[in-house]
Amino acid sequence: MSTLSNQPPSHEVPEAFQDPGVPTEHRPRRADVDERAAKRAERQVAALFGMSALGTVIALVSYFALDIGDGNDIQAIQRINMGIGIGVALAMFGIGLGAIHWAKTLMRDHEMVEDRHELRSSDETREAALQDLRDGAKDSGIGVGRRGLLKGSLITALAVAPLSLLVPQLGGLGGDWNLDKWRRTMWAPGVRLARDPDGTPIRAADVTIGSVFHVIPEGLIDLEHPLEAKAKAVVILIRLDPKDLKIVPGREDWSFDGIVAYSKICTHVGCPVALYEQQTHHLLCPCHQSTFDVSDGCKVVFGPAKRPLPQLPIAVDDEGYIVSQRDFEEPIGSSYWERLK
Amino acid sequence: MTTSPSASKVNRAAGATANFVDERTSIAGFVKYFSRKLFPDHWSFMLGEVALYSFIILLISGVFLTAFFIPAVTPVHYEGTFETMAGVEMSEAYASTLHMSFEVPGGLLMRQIHHWAALIFTASIMVHMARVFFTGAFRKPREINWLVGFTLMILSLAAGFTGYSLPDDVLSGNGLRIIEGIVRSIPIVGSYISYGLFGGEFPGEALIPRLFTAHILLVPALILGLIALHLFLVFLHKHTQYPGGGRTHKNVVGLPLFPVYTAKAGGFFFVVFGVIALMASVLTINPVWNYGPYDPSPVSAGTQPDWYILWIDGLLRVMPGFPEYVIGGYTLSLNVLIPAVVVPGLFFGFLALYPWIEQWATGDRTEKHVLDRPRNVPVRTGIGVALIVFYVILVIEGSNDIVATLFHLSINDITWFIRFAVFILPVVAFWITKRICLGLQRKDRELVLHGHETGRIVRHESGEYVEVHEPLTDQEIWIRVSYDNHKPLVLEPETNEFGVRRRWYRWSRFKQAVSRFYYEDRVEPVTPAELEAARSSHH
Ligand code: HEM
Ligand code: FES
Repeated sequence: MSTLSNQPPSHEVPEAFQDPGVPTEHRPRRADVDERAAKRAERQVAALFGMSALGTVIALVSYFALDIGDGNDIQAIQRINMGIGIGVALAMFGIGLGAIHWAKTLMRDHEMVEDRHELRSSDETREAALQDLRDGAKDSGIGVGRRGLLKGSLITALAVAPLSLLVPQLGGLGGDWNLDKWRRTMWAPGVRLARDPDGTPIRAADVTIGSVFHVIPEGLIDLEHPLEAKAKAVVILIRLDPKDLKIVPGREDWSFDGIVAYSKICTHVGCPVALYEQQTHHLLCPCHQSTFDVSDGCKVVFGPAKRPLPQLPIAVDDEGYIVSQRDFEEPIGSSYWERLK
Repeated sequence: MTTSPSASKVNRAAGATANFVDERTSIAGFVKYFSRKLFPDHWSFMLGEVALYSFIILLISGVFLTAFFIPAVTPVHYEGTFETMAGVEMSEAYASTLHMSFEVPGGLLMRQIHHWAALIFTASIMVHMARVFFTGAFRKPREINWLVGFTLMILSLAAGFTGYSLPDDVLSGNGLRIIEGIVRSIPIVGSYISYGLFGGEFPGEALIPRLFTAHILLVPALILGLIALHLFLVFLHKHTQYPGGGRTHKNVVGLPLFPVYTAKAGGFFFVVFGVIALMASVLTINPVWNYGPYDPSPVSAGTQPDWYILWIDGLLRVMPGFPEYVIGGYTLSLNVLIPAVVVPGLFFGFLALYPWIEQWATGDRTEKHVLDRPRNVPVRTGIGVALIVFYVILVIEGSNDIVATLFHLSINDITWFIRFAVFILPVVAFWITKRICLGLQRKDRELVLHGHETGRIVRHESGEYVEVHEPLTDQEIWIRVSYDNHKPLVLEPETNEFGVRRRWYRWSRFKQAVSRFYYEDRVEPVTPAELEAARSSHH
């Protein structure tokens, strides 16, 4: 059904189509024409609001009647969680759906038209505003090209004044700013390698081929704030069959009978490297899957890390316990600008 | 209808109150201004509302959480009711999170409402942003509001991340360690920023309290202020409308704020709340009691950050490790800097500046209040889809371990595939989308020229069979022909008539290249003359 208003006689075809205007025909809804339908819609809306009130009751009853139990029973906790939650959900849905249904069935739905006004101010307003500013500037005596000293000093003062607050504030943020702390860990000559988390020292004899130990320095758990020390000192200890082990030149005495110790902190961005695969001797960092080859100096074989995991030189003391010979030779963990300085 | 005496008493009381308030605030003026303001109706205009409502729900549930959460890393031995953790050393932050989950009735529900609302908040912001992008709602005069919205998007990520880090469980702690690694990769100042952030070495004792203040005060206050500005600008500009008869750049066609929109939008708030409450009551989220308190040593495979951070994780994963260089003794860790700082910076920067980029291409400086149908701006739509594809690929890479277990693939193969796909697929997506848009535009032309197929076949006197086509109504035609048909900008010659080289010539040439990229391929809208020719040839 087309009116051909867009198709005037060929001798005066317009350049462009004409806007046909807002559609005038309006399809009436059931409730617009049928009083019974309107009553029905009203009852539905009321029922939804009623459902909301019921939801509130459910939430309150759940809160008061359901027992959270002894605080150890996950099921009891989830029961009360669900009771209150579903009550809240119904309370909200009821109001929401009721209001929307009301709007859709019973409120007038004729579209209306309103004009927009260009946002740009009129030239007179702009000129008047400028004039006001000029007048103000004149009153203050800082018109264009005047009182340069006053303006200059004010701007300078405003620019530097924040420093009086910012410098002390920022200065305090970093504690002692001692980046050297990143270079040192708890490992020192003769510190025993201990199990994480219980802190018992490890004998070389306990480390069978293929086994993996998560290691902290002995004494770490007695520190008052162990986390910072632990974040740097954690080590992974693995024993390979010595014939599978390629020794990095210069590190001939860093391992003991196939037992090697490497920093557990990934050289990518610092996650703990925790997954060891026995067949391939690969250590995998679960965060971004950097893969290190334990049999070959923990070189990176895949992933976004660039550097091998730092190796901890170890030895065995008189009582058969594994100890560190000294600290790591390089900072552990992710790279940073001053790392090699 | 007759009014009952009680009703008129109510009316009189209401009138007295209104009088009281108005005499002190002249509120009648505001009510008159706002109550019958028109809003165009479309489902896609509700996306911004979802963001707004989930933010309100975040505020409501967040206030509950602050009553129980203790933002401190002071170590304690757990003495609460959850036996698995009995005696375990943990921070007060983690212990208080367990306490409110297990010992405060409704506490777990509030935590889950808060977390689900956060996920929906971030998701709805991005979908809302996509709506604004694809329909061109960012064009003049809404560029400033696009920037306000963009800032809100960044703030929503900040809100999410700071909140995720508070409970001090293994996952959130690892997330923070990754942040430490990323910050340290920034040249020259990175180490000091890291020290400043953590108050010294990682993890330190300063960060959780600092994050707490940012999370409950700084970030929400900024969001609240910017939402106010955002909505003020929506009112000032009056909402855009989709094309249709009578809808122009100079008017707004819609339904009044009161009562229709008050009911629909107000009702919609409760629906969003209902959905979030339902999710929170049946779907467990962030069960921190399973992860354990933060400890720098343990970590498990398959752990994920919240979804909006996944793409950064994907970027970190997909990057090969080789570009770490030592220059004059200083370490430049591009293998971290590029994925975690440079690429997100470029991505967000492009989004922030997009309205201006497109303005170079069109050279159009008039106010635009009628939205584009995405097909009518094929290059913009293509760019949008390319960005989404880029984003989604990285989200997949950010979950490559889960994808690998799910489909029995090797993680390394997935990563290798994605190293190429992340460059190729967005370009392919751009190209295909652009083609589809142009195809749809051609189909619109066909429709306008030849009408709807009716399926009715008639036999002409000449004996040939033809299908009857029903011409489109004026309204249907108008929607298909009334778009802006931009053409590439024409470049003025390099030298002017006196043989002097024009200033800014290179800049103009660049703008012209952008313009060609946008508008070289285009489908012209049907003109009345074409329509007439087509119709007369049918009869
Ligand atoms: C906290 C986050 C946000 C909230 C609460 C929010 C809320 C809203 C609401 C309620 C509207 C009106 C309804 C609609 O068009 O959907 C709106 C419009 C708008 N928003 Fe947002 N928004 C947010 C983020 C964003 C972002 C990230 C962008 C883009 C970068 C954006 C750009 C816009 C624009 C340009 C309009 C005007 C649209 C038009 O008139 O067609 N907003 N916003
Ligand atoms: S932190 Fe280990 S791969 Fe990223």
